[in-house]
Amino acid sequence: MGKLEAKIPHGPLSEKWTNYKAHQNLVNPSNKRRLDIIVVGTGLAGAAAAASFGELGFNVKAFGIHDSPRRAHSIAAQGGINAAKNYPNDGDSVFRLFYDTIKGGDYRAREANVYRLAEVSNDIIDQCVAQGVPFAREYGGLLDNRSFGGAQVSRTFYARGQTGQQLLLGAYSALSKEIGKGTVKMYTRRDLLELVIIDGRARGVIMRNLITGEIERHAAHAVVLATGGYGNVFFLSTNAMASNGSAVWKAYKKGAFFGNPSFTQIHPTCIPVHGDYQSKLTLMSESLRNDGRIWVPKYAEDAEKIRKGTMKPTELSEERRDYYLERRYPAFGNLVPRDVASRAAKERCDAGFGVGTTGLAVYLDFAESIKRLGKHVIEARYGNLFQMYEKIVDENPYETSMMIYPAVHYTMGGLWVDYELQTTIPGLFAAGEANFSDHGANRLGASALMQGLSDGYFVLPYTVQNYLADQISVPAFKTDLPEFEKAEKDTKATIERLLSINGKNTVDSYHRKLGLIMWDFVGMARNKEGLKKAIIMIQELKVDFWKNVKVPGKNEMVNPELEKALRVVDFIELGELMARDALYREESCGGHFREEYQTPEGEALRDDVNFTYVSAWEHKGDDAEPALHKEPLVFEFIEVKQRNYK
Amino acid sequence: MDLTLKIWRQASGLDKGKFVNYKVGNISHDASFLEMLDILNEELVIKGDDPVAFDHDCREGICGACSLYINGRPHGPDRGITTCQMHMRNFKDGETIVIEPWRAKPFPVIKDLMVDRTAFDKIIQAGGFVSVRTGGVPDANAIAIPKHDADLAMDAAACIGCGACVAACKNASAMLFVSAKVSQFALLPQGRPEAHERVQKMVAKMDELGFGNCTNTYACEAECPKEISVANIARMNREFLTAKIVAQKA
Repeated sequence: MGKLEAKIPHGPLSEKWTNYKAHQNLVNPSNKRRLDIIVVGTGLAGAAAAASFGELGFNVKAFGIHDSPRRAHSIAAQGGINAAKNYPNDGDSVFRLFYDTIKGGDYRAREANVYRLAEVSNDIIDQCVAQGVPFAREYGGLLDNRSFGGAQVSRTFYARGQTGQQLLLGAYSALSKEIGKGTVKMYTRRDLLELVIIDGRARGVIMRNLITGEIERHAAHAVVLATGGYGNVFFLSTNAMASNGSAVWKAYKKGAFFGNPSFTQIHPTCIPVHGDYQSKLTLMSESLRNDGRIWVPKYAEDAEKIRKGTMKPTELSEERRDYYLERRYPAFGNLVPRDVASRAAKERCDAGFGVGTTGLAVYLDFAESIKRLGKHVIEARYGNLFQMYEKIVDENPYETSMMIYPAVHYTMGGLWVDYELQTTIPGLFAAGEANFSDHGANRLGASALMQGLSDGYFVLPYTVQNYLADQISVPAFKTDLPEFEKAEKDTKATIERLLSINGKNTVDSYHRKLGLIMWDFVGMARNKEGLKKAIIMIQELKVDFWKNVKVPGKNEMVNPELEKALRVVDFIELGELMARDALYREESCGGHFREEYQTPEGEALRDDVNFTYVSAWEHKGDDAEPALHKEPLVFEFIEVKQRNYK
Repeated sequence: MDLTLKIWRQASGLDKGKFVNYKVGNISHDASFLEMLDILNEELVIKGDDPVAFDHDCREGICGACSLYINGRPHGPDRGITTCQMHMRNFKDGETIVIEPWRAKPFPVIKDLMVDRTAFDKIIQAGGFVSVRTGGVPDANAIAIPKHDADLAMDAAACIGCGACVAACKNASAMLFVSAKVSQFALLPQGRPEAHERVQKMVAKMDELGFGNCTNTYACEAECPKEISVANIARMNREFLTAKIVAQKA
């Protein structure tokens, strides 16, 4: 298993990153100019990395699927970003942020990576403030913090309910600065179709221009994938419509190992599904759980009346309500981690206490907070979220309880990377949600923004440089090499094949079917039988897709159906690997809940003896089963315990 | 509900466009406007017709990708939201809905309802940033910022760059967009050192790209999905004037 070398630096936890930086190889300024780096994806991680590489003096080519880097899906993150500043003096520290993140991830993340994340978290806040990010402030002019799930301290920095937007615009402005200077060349509206490997190293990409359909070749000394997560495998998720897993999937098929593919985060507070035409789900920030109380009716007959519309939630007295999170988890109450909150909601709804017309919803109630703090305080904290809710559901959350239900939100799994964020393909790096690295089996709220910016601003500029230090004598690659030739030919063949099927079903119809299979069998609760069934169903769906899909138009035009088709091809295959990984992991941990493995109280039951490892899957060909490699997780600095939020 | 859609179709920026009528039926009041267009496109694909191209992504009103002139108004009839957040309950059964792309010279049509808004990125690249490098910055709490200023900066920073302000303006002016970014940084101590240079560069780029001037009709503010205030334009004008005077002194 020589390939799975995590390359964790020696020494005490708090000195590993310092030691790494002290001993890494550097590239001198005149050589930096001769080295090219491709960055795919310009969300938080990608934009931060591309801007930082540009500042250092490398030649950067950055690619994004949108018309502007400012539209990347990082923009939709609402609640906040964690850091261990301890400004509120409530006992926070780098170690505590590290510990909470490892514990929140149910002990399935690598200690050294998570510690580094906590360590650089403070630098991120400094950086963003210097860029002019308008974080919320207190009357004294200093930064404000709020609390978030899975923590007992207030360490979350925020910019109203639009923290992701403001951080992305900060990274976008840094990127724009470099584009203006000419150190970064930005290619917008591009989809990655293939990764190009030369002599075992990542050396380029094949891109499709989404306006002209032109297939382009781009070469570089190193390639960074910061293309986000693959939650859209489920069709309905809180991800944006164009968010996709194709770049990481292409990398996987070229030899990069895929880490923990089944680890999916189902976010507890989303607006419930309402119709079969629905295109996506909308998240209501976890920050709402600071002041909102989650409940369902205590008695099944009340729940039934509410579902039928003969009773309103406001008519139910306190004694007839079940604040089930406060009841089950008195220590953390409504602020338990996301996986715990989601499963508890499912448990109540499955038991017949759900509300809404479908019975698949629970209440999130602000009456008490409005009474305690006043409507103006709630409005100042969550005004934009309440407005968003009202526009979608047509109900006023200041006057009646919000309805929420869990929805797919984030994928902890991703390309396996070592301490340097390098995949098993030399020269190919993965950052942000695209890698598997920091969140284990469950991500805590306000940690995705932290990880994206940590990877982009503070990790890759060091580790990519370390990789490039011995590449200084390698001349820039030409794109007429046979490897580029072949990669382009393969992608063109796939496009031709899709366009020529001319079947009777739309791409979306397949995507919806895949989503249902994934939600039913690879969603919040999984079991052996269901997962086996899912694998067969997905394989059948794949065959059907290639026989009967209809992709109209041609390649040489704006063709959103073709774009979707190319992504769904990869989603189908990725869905199968997710099911396979979930089947193999015979334990429950974090967001991965196997019904066979639970405590008598219904909590996730880990099997530390047999499953304290990262599963890293290797592609073995389209017709062969993938091979499982294991990276054992060694906990040297903390004690592994059963998670307890009671 | 059953609807007639009168949609602008244009194969590319080089082709001539025209309105084409489509019927859609059985649309739920709870569907979003873009979900209604998804349903139309599914039907077009099945029939072998070319689906209608439009920009969209997050579908929760924050990415700024969606646009559309609906019944003569950017982002449709409802105030303070984007097209993707608008639901069909804003329309009546049997209604004819006219759907057009943004119409402004600096935003050329790419296809159907998609336009090219990269002019906005070029304005930001000209100076819409604080020139700090990664690392080596002071502690985040080193400079206290009055809450009032931080809140005003946040109000301005809420801009999503959708271009509705330009589309709404009879002069195709980008003043609201540019002034929102100028204001955000002008209000914060971190943005002050470059404030004069920034406003001059951004305004020059805006003029160069063919955006018109402001004649104070406030159509931009009325149609902005994030309700960005025209007070930002006044602030930008002050910044611009001050920058000129300072430059003359030097």
